[in-house]
Amino acid sequence: MMLLGNAALARGAWEAGVKVSSAYPGTPSTEVSEELVKLPDVYVEWAPNEKVATEVAIGASISGVRSMAVMKHVGFNVAADPTYTASYTGVNGGMVMIVADDPGLYSSQNEQDTRRIARAAILPVLEPSDSQEAKDYMKAAFEISERFDTPVVVRTTTRLAHSQTMVECEDRVVPEDKPYERNIAKFVMMPAMAKNRHLVVEQRMKDLAEFAETSPLNTVQYGPMELDGKKVGFITEGIPYQYVKEVCPDASILKLGMVNPLPEKLIREFASKVDTLYIFEELEPVVEEQVRAMGIRCFGKDVFTIQGEYSANMLRERVLHETGAVMPAGSAPARPPILCPGCPHRAVFSVMAKLKLHAAGDIGCYTLGAQAPLSVIDTTICMGASISSLHGMEKAKGHDYIKNWVAVIGDSTFMHTGINSLVNMVYNQSHGTVVILDNRTTGMTGHQDHAGTGRTLMGEEVPAVDFTSLCRGIGVKNVITVDSFDIAQVERVLREETARDELSVIIMRYPCALLKGQKFPYKCVALPEKCKHCGACLRPGCPALTKNEDGSIFIDETMCNGCGLCMSLCKFDAIRKEER
Amino acid sequence: MTKSIMIVGVGGQGTLLTSRILGGLMENAGYEVKISEVHGMAQRGGSVVTFVRYGESVAEPIVEEGQADLIIAFERLEALRYEHFLKPNGVMIINDWRIDPITVVTGQTAYPENIIEDLSTRHKVYRVCAMEEALRLGNSRVFNNIVLGLAARHMDFTREEWLKVISEKVPPKTVEINEKAFLAGYGMEG
Repeated sequence: MMLLGNAALARGAWEAGVKVSSAYPGTPSTEVSEELVKLPDVYVEWAPNEKVATEVAIGASISGVRSMAVMKHVGFNVAADPTYTASYTGVNGGMVMIVADDPGLYSSQNEQDTRRIARAAILPVLEPSDSQEAKDYMKAAFEISERFDTPVVVRTTTRLAHSQTMVECEDRVVPEDKPYERNIAKFVMMPAMAKNRHLVVEQRMKDLAEFAETSPLNTVQYGPMELDGKKVGFITEGIPYQYVKEVCPDASILKLGMVNPLPEKLIREFASKVDTLYIFEELEPVVEEQVRAMGIRCFGKDVFTIQGEYSANMLRERVLHETGAVMPAGSAPARPPILCPGCPHRAVFSVMAKLKLHAAGDIGCYTLGAQAPLSVIDTTICMGASISSLHGMEKAKGHDYIKNWVAVIGDSTFMHTGINSLVNMVYNQSHGTVVILDNRTTGMTGHQDHAGTGRTLMGEEVPAVDFTSLCRGIGVKNVITVDSFDIAQVERVLREETARDELSVIIMRYPCALLKGQKFPYKCVALPEKCKHCGACLRPGCPALTKNEDGSIFIDETMCNGCGLCMSLCKFDAIRKEER
Repeated sequence: MTKSIMIVGVGGQGTLLTSRILGGLMENAGYEVKISEVHGMAQRGGSVVTFVRYGESVAEPIVEEGQADLIIAFERLEALRYEHFLKPNGVMIINDWRIDPITVVTGQTAYPENIIEDLSTRHKVYRVCAMEEALRLGNSRVFNNIVLGLAARHMDFTREEWLKVISEKVPPKTVEINEKAFLAGYGMEG
């Protein structure tokens, strides 16, 4: 059957008998959990963040079952603390971490390479190149985890995660739970124990490197391809392997399925049989640096890029030196992503823009408020950084400096790592204003529940974290909840709280326009005869609104969500709501 | 012989469902298929592209510049944006529909005039007013299958194969209207 890369990873984990999986949503990793939860007899959850998810997987592994944690590349940073030490403790039941990189930055704040972190944490890494391998490598990863007593990282990329290819499915085989035995030398990482474990970890990597020499995960094909009379060889992995197969099917290819540690003998042998060796790997020169350190001459980042996604055309141009094959791209105006019609963030941002407020931003759809015409977000660093960076500004420049600033964070991101930052504001006496854009979901990744929504990934109704009580509980005195579309109220509260010489949290609440049942039962209709062409309704940048030839407003009814924001901004009653 | 198809449009226009219909169609016909999609932030009203490649054996999952046999465009400007992906003699099916990018709404750039006429001077272009037809059928969301119906005229699958896969892939309650939409496009001259 056709399976999305992420669905194949889920399927592989399930066939391998995984019993516990914990994750925080993050493009391009999200669908792994959403697919796994459709399969029977496995516990799957959304954790508030990747550190928690990893620790959940560690606990499940220690108890003796196969477990996994799933995250995007930047989530691996959040999970770094438990990951580095789980490398020391090793596992009981097999443990796998799926980490998704994003070459080309389709939906991320940086382009870091998971292999770098995994190498620093001294962990083995597998990398599949299509959905079949995604499924098969998950099973291999659990076996390696148990055989070598280590967590195993399975690295994917956006292209793999979001491509559908054919997969042959097999049955689920659940291994017997491993018995738990108290073993503080292995599981209590105080210095005396950890010292010994470090030696174990280093030996483990040597054993794994030996395993890699003969593992079927790494495959070699020798081919007749020559360029200028020289035999051409590629060392490649993951999706780039498919580009090599597409463009140079007759080349010699060493395909690495296990990308850390590397099989040195196999690489030396392969390199000795070709004249020109290319290392074709997306993102960092991780393999290239190691091959060069072996004293082997090769081409890598001197020919290909560090930044961006690879392609078959890159090989055609830079290896085959084919020129002029491609007509240049036309000059179509850019179409950057924008907030959806009916998005409650737009209502809040339109008021913030009016009040000329600056915002320390965070990670979510609302990052899009950085761009014109809203232009309210000034900074975006990582999950949770809005609140803590606003605090830093105040400590650097004083109370008055941040009077025209707020921190803006979504509900799911607040649950992820915003709470710690808010505790810090209370403890260290900040006077800033924190705006929680509470749209009752994790929006950007495609609407996942979180601890504040009252529903789990497995569909159970549970008590929701009450943001107001939470904020009050940690010592915030001023906590106000406002309907995001009540823009008069939004304006009044923003004015009052930014002027106040105390810490405030404003919860701007309205469900995401894309949540089921959120479409309003009416549509907004422009009345050209009343329109004074003032453009007030256009300022929030709703994509359903455009100008007619004469400058009056036109509202595309197929896009309009009926939220009425444009109507509430029109002083001339030139927009009215009609029933759908 | 590997064939390459692209579906281009604006995030939210339903390119993912269309690619799933195409994937199912080719899978049912016994081909190897690879589909590559855009998820996440890029979907939020941005330019989106889905690649479908099929044949006896397929390596790369994406379609590259100059390699597409068929481009199905759900919006005019997106047809223009991906023009350079089309093979010489490739076919473009364009939904005659305009969605202004935010850069046009804010007046930073202008929406190009006469895109379809312009593209027609360089390629085999077929135009369809699918949105109007979909509204006539009573549901604007089925416009994709009208476009797909016209595209089907330029592909080697039978009407029955198409109707079968549509009934498999669209939500059960919408099978009838989606089939109607497909047949409306299929019956158009193009």
